[in-house]
Amino acid sequence: MRRARATDPKWSDVTPKEVFLNRRQLIAGASAVAGAAAFGSIASPAMAGLGAKPSRYSTNETPNAKSDITSYCNFYEFGTGKDDPAKYAAALTIDPWSIQIGGMVDKPGTYDLDDLTKGVSLEERIYRFRCVEAWSMVVPWVGFELKTLLDRVGVQPSAKYVAFETLERPSEMRGQRSPVLDWPYREGLRLDEAMHPLTIMATGLYDEPMPKQNGAPIRLVVPWKYGFKSIKSIVKITLTDREPQTSWNMANGREYGFYSNVNPEVDHPRWSQATERVLGAGLFAKRVPTRMFNGYGDEVAGLYEGMDLRKNY
Amino acid sequence: MIDRLNQFLRRAPAWPLYVLAPLPIAWLYYQGLTGALGVDPVKKIEHQLGLWALWLLIAGLAVTPLMRFAGLKLLKFRRAIGVISFGYVLAHLLTWLVLDVQFLNVWKDIVKRPYITIGMLAFTLMIPLAATSNNWSLRKLGALTWRRLHKLTYAVCVLGALHFVMLVKGFQIEPILYMLVILGLLALRVVPKRRRPASTPNMAAG
Repeated sequence: MRRARATDPKWSDVTPKEVFLNRRQLIAGASAVAGAAAFGSIASPAMAGLGAKPSRYSTNETPNAKSDITSYCNFYEFGTGKDDPAKYAAALTIDPWSIQIGGMVDKPGTYDLDDLTKGVSLEERIYRFRCVEAWSMVVPWVGFELKTLLDRVGVQPSAKYVAFETLERPSEMRGQRSPVLDWPYREGLRLDEAMHPLTIMATGLYDEPMPKQNGAPIRLVVPWKYGFKSIKSIVKITLTDREPQTSWNMANGREYGFYSNVNPEVDHPRWSQATERVLGAGLFAKRVPTRMFNGYGDEVAGLYEGMDLRKNY
Repeated sequence: MIDRLNQFLRRAPAWPLYVLAPLPIAWLYYQGLTGALGVDPVKKIEHQLGLWALWLLIAGLAVTPLMRFAGLKLLKFRRAIGVISFGYVLAHLLTWLVLDVQFLNVWKDIVKRPYITIGMLAFTLMIPLAATSNNWSLRKLGALTWRRLHKLTYAVCVLGALHFVMLVKGFQIEPILYMLVILGLLALRVVPKRRRPASTPNMAAG
């Protein structure tokens, strides 16, 4: 018999992930049944993934490889290089994690993340992701609608906007030791944008818990806006009646507006937004036209009816 | 120490620089093709070439101050450094043109976007310098005119650093440091020369 070499393919290399996950669930299920029979109790099956359910809001485009998504990130809290987050985000403590929810809500308070997300059903949302820097990916997020969370804390009728803040912890987030932006990172949405079914709080991707460099443990994803609106590692949510300040707008208001909807007709002052480079397709990948609202116009164009999107960029 | 270095430099030829110069570019493209540069090889190559070009420009700018303040004689290599920096700027520009923006709206970009305008201006100013980097041009123009023309390098360096300062997002320190280095090297050129007392030339050797 030939001896195994390090370069030989392993069984995991030739087994599609769904197949072996199913197999594991089957085994886990069987042992749970056996365990229940033996001890008269229900053993919780060892879940390989988050078990997110598919969603009708998912695109049928092919997602980027997980390694694409986790190795190429803009998360200036860990450095301005695209590979800095993958290198340095390991230092971040994400357990325990709580979110302070306040402002115009019925039940303000500091909530433990587990309590806040208890019982929500996780969905897989495969979304196009368009960065303001004119590149794009397709990401299989796992999460739940922001509306679910807002309904839990009770939004008061006077609230018109939602403001978000990222954790500020320079001891673990080395990028925050330099004044690249005015920390903590801040973002915001209009309430109707926040309540839109496409807007999710993501806690994972590729059916696994959110990697730290992608905004663990919980982040916003708003697929029709430029990526920087989808704020990461959220610790504070405030309901307010005034348009909240947002980090990139504070840094350079001429270049980054509050709305920042993906719009091929309104250029960034320093580059065109008409086309984008789809990442993951190699050195000679062709640019593709950018779509209005990143292709989510059917769902969201109505939110902006009558607004001059050139002015409200 | 400096004397021994100068002795070595006097014997070392400049031509190997031209042979070695394209290797990093080839290595970068090889890595891009094999996936070693990650998910966005185009940006990586573009930025790396731009950065290397800036390093080379700074190296060229450092030759005169190094001679004047440290006695290091690198003048013999300066032409090669200059020509190679032009090569890197050209490679940077072509990567942007062909692989990044893919000839889409190029003219609009150049006119409308100040950081691209500045970058293109720097490149354009380098063309006459590269074209006259041969001995024949030096003779034809005469040393004085030639040297005056090649003072354009100063503008090229400042514009190159400015191009970098303008293109980053947020407040970033790295491009500003490059700008300060360049302005510092230029400032050293206007430090007034100390007049040496004519009668005691040997005192200086101590």
